[in-house]
Amino acid sequence: MKLSIWTYEGPPHVGAMRVATAMEKLHFVLHAPQGDTYADLLFTMIERGNKRPPVTYTTFQARDLGADTADLFKKSCEEAVERFKPEALLVGASCTAELIQDDPGGLADALNLEIPVIPLELPSYQRKENFGTDETFYQIVKALACPQEMTEKFSVNILGPTALGFRHRDDVRELKTILDDLNIDLNIVAPLGAAPSSIKILTKAHANIMLYPESSELACRWLKENFGMPYTEHTPIGINSTKDFIEELNQIRGVRDSFSDTSRLNFDWWSKSVDSNYFTGKRVFIFGDATHVATASRIAKEEMAFSIVGIGCYNREYARKIRSLAKDLSVDALISDDYLEVEKRIADLQPELILGSQMERHIGKRLGIPCAVISAPFHVQDHPARFSPQVGWEGANVIFDTWVHPLVMGLEEHLLGMFREDFEFNDTAGPSHLSNSKSKLNEEKEIIADNEIIWAPEATKELKKIPFFVRGKAKRNTEKFAFENGHSAITKDLLYEAKAHYAR
Amino acid sequence: MNEHSNIEKIGGCSEIPVLKERGQREVFCGLTGIIWLHRKIQDAFFLVVGSRTCAHLLQSAAGVMIFAEPRFGTAILEEKDLAGMADAHEELDREVANLLKRRPDIKQLFLVGSCPSEVIKLDLSNAAERLSKIYFPKVKVLNFSGSGIETTFTQGEDACLASLVPTLEETDEENLILVGSLPDIVEDQLVELIKELGIKEITVLPGRDRGTMPSISKKSKFILAQPFLTDTTEALEKRGASRINAPFPFGEEGTTLWLRSIKESYGVSDDKFEIVTSAPRKRAQIGLEKLRTSLQGKTIFFFPDSQLEIPLARFLSRECGMKLIEVGSPYINRSIVDKDLELIENMPVISEGQDVDLQLDRCRESNPDITVCGLGLANPLEAEGLTTKWAIELVFTPIHGYEQAQDLAELFVRPLKRKEALFI
Repeated sequence: MKLSIWTYEGPPHVGAMRVATAMEKLHFVLHAPQGDTYADLLFTMIERGNKRPPVTYTTFQARDLGADTADLFKKSCEEAVERFKPEALLVGASCTAELIQDDPGGLADALNLEIPVIPLELPSYQRKENFGTDETFYQIVKALACPQEMTEKFSVNILGPTALGFRHRDDVRELKTILDDLNIDLNIVAPLGAAPSSIKILTKAHANIMLYPESSELACRWLKENFGMPYTEHTPIGINSTKDFIEELNQIRGVRDSFSDTSRLNFDWWSKSVDSNYFTGKRVFIFGDATHVATASRIAKEEMAFSIVGIGCYNREYARKIRSLAKDLSVDALISDDYLEVEKRIADLQPELILGSQMERHIGKRLGIPCAVISAPFHVQDHPARFSPQVGWEGANVIFDTWVHPLVMGLEEHLLGMFREDFEFNDTAGPSHLSNSKSKLNEEKEIIADNEIIWAPEATKELKKIPFFVRGKAKRNTEKFAFENGHSAITKDLLYEAKAHYAR
Repeated sequence: MNEHSNIEKIGGCSEIPVLKERGQREVFCGLTGIIWLHRKIQDAFFLVVGSRTCAHLLQSAAGVMIFAEPRFGTAILEEKDLAGMADAHEELDREVANLLKRRPDIKQLFLVGSCPSEVIKLDLSNAAERLSKIYFPKVKVLNFSGSGIETTFTQGEDACLASLVPTLEETDEENLILVGSLPDIVEDQLVELIKELGIKEITVLPGRDRGTMPSISKKSKFILAQPFLTDTTEALEKRGASRINAPFPFGEEGTTLWLRSIKESYGVSDDKFEIVTSAPRKRAQIGLEKLRTSLQGKTIFFFPDSQLEIPLARFLSRECGMKLIEVGSPYINRSIVDKDLELIENMPVISEGQDVDLQLDRCRESNPDITVCGLGLANPLEAEGLTTKWAIELVFTPIHGYEQAQDLAELFVRPLKRKEALFI
């Protein structure tokens, strides 16, 4: 038993949902109690998904236990197939259903459905979300991929992008542009946008791009072992990693050199330009999933000339990779999914910038340290409407902008140092282009100090109960209302008279 | 799961058919209540004994994370805890010891059962008793279940409050207990109105901390502020308190009827009632008047969520002129919502439980002007062209009482206005 306040990863069935939701014409029947449907809102809210995740939850209740949970599961499968007409069915259990041991795979098998049924083993009490994505995608590939004739021209699959992945949608688009430049054909992208029928033709490609090892390493390895398909291991995030990735692709296809149009790349010059001088030696702490941390570390060191004070990842599966990287950087690696431990490490290291997930952004907010988000888990605000990949040349540009944004700009930093005592412009004021650090003192003053109209203590007290983000408006409206109606004192009743008056 | 669906007549003043459905439910489990309970009861910590799923639910359900260190957490069961029971209790004791050491400000600790802890039959009442012996009087240790196999969404609060009832101090005084957690501003308003009626001995369950929990006697009366408090009602009645039955205080009419039930129970004079309520009533009427034009004649469809649906449907149909198509509730306790049900004219489909796919079919078929549903359904339905209102906002926003009547109506006006205003 371990006390957890915030978690970096959900349970493994959420990983399975990320794969299922990314795909088309696939349905997932999840044996689960009421409440587990909360996972739907991750997709519909954080990613603003415009359709329901393709998941049917059996929703068993206490009274079903020991009675007919197995029947309930079978019925749910039949109804889901009938209603949604998928090309293949995933079946699995969430943490509670794992305990009642109904064997979803066996039950679904017994139904003799006309479509392939892919059973998932998702050990909820041992593993987590990233395992769930990797395992689910692997099981899908294993069940559906079959020998095909290879395309005449060299072609690849992009494997790994899922729903709720950090910028996966945009990364695929950028990578497609790069493949176009390199004159490499794309066979399929999976799981994102793939149907079970497209998984079947996976083996037409000559090689696989393992875009995110967290969600596609098992599948890539299996395809290599069983179909001899080589796969790339460099994740093309950052200038140098993208170059290495292209080099690796060239080696696989036996081409010595190939052209990739870097005219879109601005990061290199932006970083060399004099304004970037102030980045030199900025102390950064990097934490997130291993892939994004590893690529961010390289960017930080080689492409921004930051000074890395610590790195770490929450997914233990890649602990070795992060430990060895930390050794190269001569810093300690923190392998942990305990938010409090990460917070403590950051507090101890006192970096000038955190590169992390939304958790680290919270930590940064508490500790007053700027943070840029580089990894899942992420908040709705880190799923932007605009094209903002991490991968490739455009990804590098996006990364430059994102990392620089929370920092105080060059000369501003000097001015802050010069005028430390200035009441408006001091080092607690925050960067001038961000407006989030307005002093709380002023707000308090506003409520009490007022010239012509007097607020009765009970009305002031009532006003303070109004949420802060509308309090200012409520106050102004009430005063205006009092003035117009000839009141010199504001009582609690008057506050509400005004509210009624201004009702929209 | 068609064959589970059936129409049952339920009693009350009139025979009201209820469509009972069983199937996939797109409703939270009771653990979700912790999101507001841990802010409401300020010296309490809610320790869920559950799985990673429970922890993930708690941080995802509200759609936001709370920046301050929350007064809740999950003791995540691991493989080794499932192997042997004795082990799990020792592990729990250790986690509780660590927690209380780190948070000396905690005076009430709730051990909260979850689906996995219920299924492996981890006895949390036993654990609470054992831990109480160690930490009482400094910390009171209680337990309740928020598991999805037993509770839906707001039933978690019901279970929590019910667990508090046996610990309330016994007196022989007469008093009135206002039951249900409300935003502070609403709670203060309602308490003040009741005091103005001349009822001075009024306390709220839950109190804001351990020191302000109500005391109880055989002469106690209580009134519910929330319609989902079935078990709490039973627990209070078991201690001899008697319930004042009333429609729920939503809107001008609802609030007036709610206060009137108290007035009648205490024999307050008509004059006094008029003096106390006339000004806020008028304000609420003015506030609503302006919004009614936007809602008049609009159709509305409720997916089940919080059990607030029936009282809200009463408010929207009677005070805002909306047309009800279907009012879904996860669970209907007739003895609690009958007063609201009775007031609903042109009875719509009242449904209990859920088979979400069938209900979605009905919703699309009826093409309502507003659909009230959970966050998992809202964007997909908007994408299909329907206008939705997030049900959870009704739980997190001050909506009770006179001064909030217009805010409540405004919650339903906003999505309609937005749709009108957008030109894309």
